[in-house]
Amino acid sequence: MASVSDLFRASGHASTRSAAVPWTLLLALLALALLPYGAGSYALDFVTKTMVYAIFALSLELLVGSAGLVCFGQSAFFGIGAYATVLLSSDTGAASLARVLPLCMLAAAGYALLVGALSLRTRGVYFIMVTLAFAQMAYYVVHDTPLGGGTDGIYLLFKPVLGDWLDLDQALTLYRFTWASLVLVMALLALINRSRFGRALAGIRVNEQRMRASGYATFYYKLAAFTLSGALAGWAGFLFAVKDGYVNPELMSWHLSGAVLIMIILGGLGQLRGALLGAFALALLQELFKSEALFGGFAKHWHLGLGLAIIASVVCLPHGLMGMPRQLRKRLAGYTSASGETP
Amino acid sequence: MTLATFLVQCLNAIQYGLLLFLVASGLTLIFGIMGVINLAHGSFYMIGAYLAYALAGPVAATLGGGFFATLVVGVLLAVALGYLLEWAFFSFLYGREHLQQVLMTYGLILVLEEVRSLWLGDEVHSVAVPEWLSGSLPLGDLMHYPVYRLFVSGVCLVLALLMYWVLTRTRLGMMVRAGSVNREMVQSLGIDIQFLYRIVFAAGLAMAVLAGMVASPVSSVYPGMGDSVLIVCFVVVVIGGIGSIRGALLAALLMGLVDTFGKVLLPQAAGVLVYVLMALILIWKPSGLFKAG
Amino acid sequence: MQHTLIHRSALAAAALVFSSLAIAQTGSKLKVGLMLPYTGTYAALGNAIENGFRLYLSEQGGKMAGREVEFFKVDDESDPSKATDNVNKLVKRDNVDVLVGSVHSGVAMAMAKVAKETGTLLIVPNAGADAVTGPMCATNIYRSSFSNWQPGYAMGEVMAKKGIKKVATITWKYAAGDEAVRGFKEGFEKGGGTVVKELNLPFPTVEFQALLTDIAAAKPDAVFSFFAGGGAVKFVKDYAAAGLKKAIPLYGSGFLTDGTLEAQGADADGLLTALHYADSLDNAKDKSFRLAYAKAYKLQPDVYAVQGYDAAQILAVGLKATQGDTGKKAEFAAAVEAARIDSPRGPFTLSRAHNPVQDIYLRQVSGKENKLVGIASKGLSDPARGCKL
Repeated sequence: MASVSDLFRASGHASTRSAAVPWTLLLALLALALLPYGAGSYALDFVTKTMVYAIFALSLELLVGSAGLVCFGQSAFFGIGAYATVLLSSDTGAASLARVLPLCMLAAAGYALLVGALSLRTRGVYFIMVTLAFAQMAYYVVHDTPLGGGTDGIYLLFKPVLGDWLDLDQALTLYRFTWASLVLVMALLALINRSRFGRALAGIRVNEQRMRASGYATFYYKLAAFTLSGALAGWAGFLFAVKDGYVNPELMSWHLSGAVLIMIILGGLGQLRGALLGAFALALLQELFKSEALFGGFAKHWHLGLGLAIIASVVCLPHGLMGMPRQLRKRLAGYTSASGETP
Repeated sequence: MTLATFLVQCLNAIQYGLLLFLVASGLTLIFGIMGVINLAHGSFYMIGAYLAYALAGPVAATLGGGFFATLVVGVLLAVALGYLLEWAFFSFLYGREHLQQVLMTYGLILVLEEVRSLWLGDEVHSVAVPEWLSGSLPLGDLMHYPVYRLFVSGVCLVLALLMYWVLTRTRLGMMVRAGSVNREMVQSLGIDIQFLYRIVFAAGLAMAVLAGMVASPVSSVYPGMGDSVLIVCFVVVVIGGIGSIRGALLAALLMGLVDTFGKVLLPQAAGVLVYVLMALILIWKPSGLFKAG
Repeated sequence: MQHTLIHRSALAAAALVFSSLAIAQTGSKLKVGLMLPYTGTYAALGNAIENGFRLYLSEQGGKMAGREVEFFKVDDESDPSKATDNVNKLVKRDNVDVLVGSVHSGVAMAMAKVAKETGTLLIVPNAGADAVTGPMCATNIYRSSFSNWQPGYAMGEVMAKKGIKKVATITWKYAAGDEAVRGFKEGFEKGGGTVVKELNLPFPTVEFQALLTDIAAAKPDAVFSFFAGGGAVKFVKDYAAAGLKKAIPLYGSGFLTDGTLEAQGADADGLLTALHYADSLDNAKDKSFRLAYAKAYKLQPDVYAVQGYDAAQILAVGLKATQGDTGKKAEFAAAVEAARIDSPRGPFTLSRAHNPVQDIYLRQVSGKENKLVGIASKGLSDPARGCKL
């Protein structure tokens, strides 16, 4: 997969650069932390949701960006985390956060372990399809059996709390908790990428055979990454269920798996920031095209604008939004090729 | 389950499987020959169904023809659309990463759905079965099997045989099979790979459109119908082996059987069974049942 | 540093969008939030509901209780996982006074939760999920359509009265289907019948052949079905094509033949269904409604248009009593519960759980219409199980 590593190298993967302080990322996180002091309740809602999607995207980034495993079934782990939240909570009172969150992540990680063990034997597009199949299986279990409450979903009547001091039913508390989760997940993934484990994953992504020849048990590295990714997706699912107070089988649909792939590609593969940027970019794009203020009656055909924007982004931004400055500089410097190839 | 019922269910399974094969064969060719993952393939099926509805009136008025004339006109339009779409859009995807192909064809799905909504609206429609095919064959004391469904199976079989003949007995077929096994070699042998791709894509699109048109009298024509067919087709292609027509046929029939009997014997698990089948086959044969070609 | 430009401009753009999102809107206009499916399978239904609502408004000169109406529309895509976000857009960003929606039950369930939590007035113009006027019922939640239980129960009573003994049911495996069949079973078994087979297939698949074969093998006296939209078209056609129509009479909840007759053609002729609306009702209100609707939209109205129209009527009744103030929930509820809505379907009242107490009509397909042949159940009220009002 030589061309894939070109893609990553060109967009400036973290492991090929020196450890610079990510000022703009810190600035963005600070801005998010300060948002509640100026924004209305809708903006707070919107950004909380988008941060949850960002965590979801980060979990996929670990697989696709770091390990080169294109998983098309990430929504299954997300949905399991969400459903576990509701099923572990009771109808009579708030559950304990300390009990529910770890169990949700464990449930999602458990399914990821199973799926990974069975699907990591396959390669390339077959791997994509098998992961899709396993996600569809989870979807149908929740959709067709009484286990998940069927197609109409289930309500989460009481949101989890942590003792007396953390009540996730409060919008502001939930925002801060989501923000903290986002920062934690990013920090965790950044550490992993710099660790021996992360470098081994990068090596597997570039050339698995060579890694195996060097004595690495690549299957177990990939499986570990897969399981961890599932756990993180489950975390995002927990936050989603708490935010909405309502879960539905559509949380496991392949459309959502596709949407989160779009997020990380739109943002730019190979960098954690890409996942964050992509989640916000996709959310804002959708808002843009749905806006009646801009499109009037045509706003109901917003799928058209979104579809064209996605196509345009692939054509014009092959390395996603993160790769845009590099491309602009190349254009300005007079290179005719915009594909990011260094001469 | 009595023997009569069992036989009827088998007929149901085979008809469903054959229709699935018609759509999936286009997908596997595009995938196998051109290396392009085309998520918009379900949309081509939807276009076929809507064409059958939209063309019925104009074709009757201008050419005086009926169902078959509509089919012919529809297929010709599909081939033209295939050429255009390949030239304007898909040629950009060759050699690209699968992820980018997924993204672009996903965008294409959205665009095609909205174009259809703007042009033909969002209502549910039906297409009339031609008079001479609208009878039923009595099977057993109560059940009838619609003649039209036998016709659909027949059309799919004829097309399967036609595909077999083209792929194994003509030069074009030989080039297509060679291209699916080793693209670079074919190019270096001086064969115009661009032309080959265009033909394959147009054929693949036309087959999906034809499947949509032929199936439209028995299904209804409604928004979102491409969605339900898409994932199922991918499963067929993956089980059968990418690029293998033989594999697509076997896989489609297998899925028809599993789905039909699953619905009757285990309705709660019916949705999952097909995916369980796929997972099992891939664990046994990680590259699908057959190799390309 | 090379990312500074893109990051900074992204942040600036985001800040701009967010600040506009945060600006509250004030004024004396009545803000109505329409959350309906404008894309996807149910798009036609969403359009019909909006048309019906707007028709009533134009008949009142564009005002409700003296207030001008401003519409805010959101496409719910019939996707329950995005529903909460979409409702929040209307409730928190646009600050609507009234929510109207939706078609899909999953979406309505999410809307009901938000409405209950924020106290926003919600009128459901279609989704029949029993839960909305059941466990989720509230003073500020109303429904202008039906509960899934109602048409099913009515049909069950009718079929039992006809002397039918053994019935097979077939539907999609989702809440609407389950609740309709449950209602049917209740009415049918009360009249002395037995349900010999309960068939279902996953929603929204439409491969019926296998189950039709099953029905033929079971040889019931009749079949009760619940399907809607494209699925209803296919089912009726497949049923006829399998030769079952003559041998085993097909009955259904009215959605089997509503809005689908054009597509079903002769295969639907003679089918008996039960619904709270019919195409040939003999009341003055319906006649004038149909005329006005056809004139305004160049389309024939259907049950969805009527439900949209009546949603507007319910809103008007409540607003008149509270002088246009949507905050006075108790007075609003009292007025609506005491009112008799003059609907094209015939007059109806609202139960304590705010579900219509209405006549369910028995209709037969004749030509391209669902003609009224009798009343299946007079003044039928949903039992509202689980509602604590």
